[in-house]
Amino acid sequence: MSAAPPTVRLAPDELAGAVGERVAGGRRFAGLVASGDDAGSTILRAFIAGGPSFEVVETELPAGVSEYPSLTPSVPAASWYEREIHDLYGITPAGHPRLDPLVLPLAGTDRAHPRPGSSTAVGQLTLDRSPLPAHVTGEGLFTIPYGPVRSGVFESVEYLVESYGEDIPHLRTRVYYKHRGIERRFSDLRIRDGVLLAERVEGTASVAHAVAFCQAVESLTGVDPTPAADLVRVVHLELERVACHLDSVIRHTEGSGQAVAYARMSLHKERLMRLRARLCGHRFGRGVAVPGGVSGPLLLEPADALAGIEALEEAIAKDMAVLMQTPSFLDRLRSTGTLPSDVAEIHGALGPVGRGSGVVNDVREDRPYGGYRLLGVDVAEPEPAGDALARQRVRLEEISSSFSLVRRALDELSASRAEPTWCRDMPEADGLGVGWVEAPQGELLYLVEVRRGRIIRTAPRTASFHNLALMPQAFRGDILTDFVFIEASFGLSMAGVAR
Amino acid sequence: MAAWLLRGLREGVVTTRYPRRPDDYGESFRAAVSVVPSAASPSDARLADLCPTGAISVETDRVLLDRGRCVVCGRCVTAAPDRFKFESGPEVASVRRAALVVPKAGEEGVDLDGLREGLRTQVKAFRRSVHVRHVDAGSDGSEEWEVSALLNPVYDVQRLGIYFTASPRHADILLVTGAGSIGMLDPLRTTYDAMPDPKVVVAAGTDATSGGLVHPSYATAGGVAAAVPVDVWVPGSPPSPFSLLQGLILAMQVLSGEAVGR
Repeated sequence: MSAAPPTVRLAPDELAGAVGERVAGGRRFAGLVASGDDAGSTILRAFIAGGPSFEVVETELPAGVSEYPSLTPSVPAASWYEREIHDLYGITPAGHPRLDPLVLPLAGTDRAHPRPGSSTAVGQLTLDRSPLPAHVTGEGLFTIPYGPVRSGVFESVEYLVESYGEDIPHLRTRVYYKHRGIERRFSDLRIRDGVLLAERVEGTASVAHAVAFCQAVESLTGVDPTPAADLVRVVHLELERVACHLDSVIRHTEGSGQAVAYARMSLHKERLMRLRARLCGHRFGRGVAVPGGVSGPLLLEPADALAGIEALEEAIAKDMAVLMQTPSFLDRLRSTGTLPSDVAEIHGALGPVGRGSGVVNDVREDRPYGGYRLLGVDVAEPEPAGDALARQRVRLEEISSSFSLVRRALDELSASRAEPTWCRDMPEADGLGVGWVEAPQGELLYLVEVRRGRIIRTAPRTASFHNLALMPQAFRGDILTDFVFIEASFGLSMAGVAR
Repeated sequence: MAAWLLRGLREGVVTTRYPRRPDDYGESFRAAVSVVPSAASPSDARLADLCPTGAISVETDRVLLDRGRCVVCGRCVTAAPDRFKFESGPEVASVRRAALVVPKAGEEGVDLDGLREGLRTQVKAFRRSVHVRHVDAGSDGSEEWEVSALLNPVYDVQRLGIYFTASPRHADILLVTGAGSIGMLDPLRTTYDAMPDPKVVVAAGTDATSGGLVHPSYATAGGVAAAVPVDVWVPGSPPSPFSLLQGLILAMQVLSGEAVGR
């Protein structure tokens, strides 16, 4: 695994300029996370993609200083990050255009801030019924609050649709309903317990979160997993990607009333979940990744696993081929929810959302890790159209490239004769590590700080959080009935957004 | 259209016959952890330290495991296989929270055959359909997948008269997932209040039961019982579709006034 990321430390008023300069120079802003300590000071760390690792540009706000010049005016993608930090740390980015609460309620801002990274007392959240004020005003305009209790089996989130009937000129999302205080919950956990919690940050991407967490810890100790353990991780990571992409397809077929396609795709997903359980004992691959490797070998012989995977791959491909020629399905996706390429590029859109708008950020290719260094990745071709159909096409291509990776990983595993070491001993090491994984939703970054075997701070930067900020931009010219397709084609997890 | 129809027909019947007949996959799924009966003295306090959620408690003469707190990570099974084992089979839900603590006082096992006979006759007797309203109260997202799976052709809960509804006005059963995030307590309560009587609440998953690994937290209430009165508890992280199905059948029993004291 990589060593500590290259880090530049600056004064608080230099941060915005330094990050803005790097982004203007063509590098990608990948996130901004804060970390507090018990003395009251806070460190802000901006992640800049480019090169073999992520560059960290950081600044320290001493106790008593609660303001710094905002990044958002020069780097719009920082907006949600700064809102979240404002919620959790009470730090104000001066000059931020719209500092609405994001993960915490509107009312009761006088309570003690959670300040993840610190162990100071936190005020329990209180119930909040205050509505968000309308942003768009004009004759006949009204706001439709959609959620947090949804019409169907969905994760809770509130969308505020500002509309004058059918068109949606403006959309806002309110994610605080699902905020669970996960980042603060990591504090003081033992590392092995931290992995279990990481698996529950975004439960549909459990393997990606566990592996990213483990890689961050492994980067501290310098102990890499054995190649065999890395390959087992790849098998689970890629099957998880297929499951998530199938879920997006299922929601598309449900929304467009394709009853048979819905039943077929749901059947494939169930078979896939069962195969995953046969490989590790858990339908979501929990318990597989542990710091130093994996908890054990695949529970199926590679030949049996391969047979199951090939059968599934063929069945899915056949049905997908029919689905992609079903006009009543395609009509709902075509030119629906178009995310313009330039918007996606400026924001640094991740995963299938980015690729569907012609922006390729695949951390498996850009900064290879674990088994991908051995196997290589055929990254799906970008689809520049930017609509829900383009994102669907990207997912179909990713499904087939994931299956191919799984097959190659299984081949490599069955070729090795000696019984490999599944988990290497991890010495205790203090410090700050960064891990990354291409999760089904896109690039996932983990920052983990450890002291004497205990976690000080864990900051999962999910693609769901990064990409959700883009969703309102995809509503240009779309109407209320397109909503389900835009949401499903983004394929995000609210658990990963609100944390 | 014809292409789709043929594809569907060619597959044949894939639907499980549970609960009328046991299901091979349901039987093999690791749904919970049990305490192995042992003659050896259990008073080894270190057993309790094995558990990341504090589900294991050691008393002077026995070891107890609270499935309502257990996230089925299996760490205790790996570290002390003579004391703990995985339990397969879907029947882990209960109408009493205290019954999730195993082994129950005075008995080491559960009368599974009797329970299954009850489930079978219940389904036969149940002529009315029930409508289920799902609410996510701070889940990790995986529970929603397992709840949705109940609608796939393998579980196909409509065959048992179970329907999911968007409107709480039509709902008989409130199926709640998640650790009880503070933000969702109010909307959850509002949904419950909007449902007509009689109504039954199912806490789906270890998070919904106790908060699981997420609790304690400044932003969660440690389970959904903080907002609504829970009638059926389904452990699991997440619970498998089979466990959820058994929980829903128990909820149907509660609705029809036949709840067994399990």
